[in-house]
Amino acid sequence: MSTAESSVIHKWKRWRRGSGGQKTLVGITFLLAPLILLFIFTYLPFFKMFQFSFFDMRYIGKRIYVGFENYIEVFSRDDIFGSLKLSFYYMAGAIVQLCLALFFATLLSFKIKGSAFFKGAIFFPFLVCGIAVGFVFKFFFTPGFVLDTMLSWIGFDMEKLPYWLQNIKINNIALVCTSVWRYLGQNMVLFIGAIMSVDPNMYEAAEIDGANQWHKFFYIILPSIKTIVLLNLILSISGSLSAFEAPFVITKGSFGTATYFVMMDRMAHQSQKVGLASAMAVVLLMIIFIATIGQKLLFRYVFKEDDNGSGMSGRSLKSAENHRAAANRKGNKV
Amino acid sequence: MSIGTAGLPASSKAYKIFLTIAKYIILSFASFLSVVPIVVCLITAFKTPEEYAKTSVMTLPQNWLYFDNFVTAWSKAHMTTALMNTGIILVCVLFGSILFSSMLAYVLNRFKFHGNTVIRNLFLFATLIPGIATQVTVYQIMFSFGLIDSIVGYIILLLGSDVISIYIFLQFFENLSESLDESAILDGCTYFGVFFKILLPLTKPAIVTVMILKGVATYNEYYMAQLYLQTKPLRTVVSTSLYVFTGPMGNQYNYICAGVILTIIPALIVFILCQKQIYNGLGAGSVKG
Repeated sequence: MSTAESSVIHKWKRWRRGSGGQKTLVGITFLLAPLILLFIFTYLPFFKMFQFSFFDMRYIGKRIYVGFENYIEVFSRDDIFGSLKLSFYYMAGAIVQLCLALFFATLLSFKIKGSAFFKGAIFFPFLVCGIAVGFVFKFFFTPGFVLDTMLSWIGFDMEKLPYWLQNIKINNIALVCTSVWRYLGQNMVLFIGAIMSVDPNMYEAAEIDGANQWHKFFYIILPSIKTIVLLNLILSISGSLSAFEAPFVITKGSFGTATYFVMMDRMAHQSQKVGLASAMAVVLLMIIFIATIGQKLLFRYVFKEDDNGSGMSGRSLKSAENHRAAANRKGNKV
Repeated sequence: MSIGTAGLPASSKAYKIFLTIAKYIILSFASFLSVVPIVVCLITAFKTPEEYAKTSVMTLPQNWLYFDNFVTAWSKAHMTTALMNTGIILVCVLFGSILFSSMLAYVLNRFKFHGNTVIRNLFLFATLIPGIATQVTVYQIMFSFGLIDSIVGYIILLLGSDVISIYIFLQFFENLSESLDESAILDGCTYFGVFFKILLPLTKPAIVTVMILKGVATYNEYYMAQLYLQTKPLRTVVSTSLYVFTGPMGNQYNYICAGVILTIIPALIVFILCQKQIYNGLGAGSVKG
């Protein structure tokens, strides 16, 4: 071994043992895998999505550049762009869900016997997985089965009840209800955590001032958890644009229940129109961005307080983390 | 001054009793609606085929020890394979996700270097891209790597779409005092040692939160599972296992319901054992949605 080579090796060894060298090595090793994954599964698909949207292509085979044709198709085909209208059902559902979650969370935050049972029962549907939800509700809505039988108990004529999943006037509402059924408990648990972080002294002080339950809710609880409620409202309204689970597992998008995402999936994997599906994804992404920014501006305008609108990501993550920490400490009694 | 109904003063005893009763009725009704779709499945799962054909869905089974439906559903849905695959996937995804995100959070939190903020922003921007929008191109990328229909590919995919865990760990490291690392370094510990021997054991609460969040998400994941794990009997997982019942068996609900109950049981057991952790964990994670 030459002297030059050995001195390089020597230097390398010294560097590796030293603090700076160690830090660099640890830094690179620790960052490598997460960064590669981030690049491959977030940024690469993100940029490819824009690229593909200008091509007529399948997963395999030749790609033909078509310019904006895919986008024109997205906006002109009623079965595609029209499917966005279904989002309004899911938005309405999301708002109902948040209100109910807030309501039940408030009820369960005060002393009440059996609250663990009620909480568990309302939350559990969230843990029913995948296609099982689909079967549970196909069964539930089958004419003459569960729902119809229950309705006949309270006086409805079973013969006159509609086909819940086939009747295009109501099937989307039925699907939205299943989605509320599944996610209500999750929202509720989150709100209970937030309510737990409210200082209990405030209730006592309010009681001395003669406040009743409603006052406590509107003047103490709601203002304290406003940030987290708004954040969830924004998330679930944006989320309803890409709603897909209920129609995907229950009706497969038949009888006019195909939401935008179900259509996108159909284009990509059944028709193999990858370019068109990518264009749909780009349009969806734009709409979600616009909706999110619009909501933030709206809330900032409505509340005129800067901790609601701006800096959502950093600050409310932090405040929500505080909520959680507080909930951990106090919530153990629940 | 009360907003109370029926003209009763807010403080009166009758009004308070009325409120309490109303509370219980509302909560009971909500709980009833929540569990009824599942309970009816449980009832149906215990019915013999003749019973299922003849009785109303809401009548109770004659024999609560009739397990034939479960046996049939278990074998038809390849439950043994499904449980094993789901188990393997859960272990790998949880292990990888905890390891990668804690390592990343450690470096970003403790080391000051050029590009630290850039990397943080890259991850922050990633949270703004809804994962669902990029599904089409992710499929194409998986396809070009030959990772379709492979459990390894599915695990990598689940690891790759993981930003929440990183935030949970970042948050946690911010509250861990740096004097811990410094004194360990002075004692001759390496940076690897500091991370694995001192800091990682201290992040246990964050690990539990990530396990709950990632565990529930992985167990419930259906869309990607049905898309990427296609060879059904061999690569079936719990969330897709009931797929066999679509098609010709689509109306034999006595078997289907037994299958549904089988997929619910593992979730129910875990739920009963770690209710508190699940509630707290979801509270921490759903902030990011």
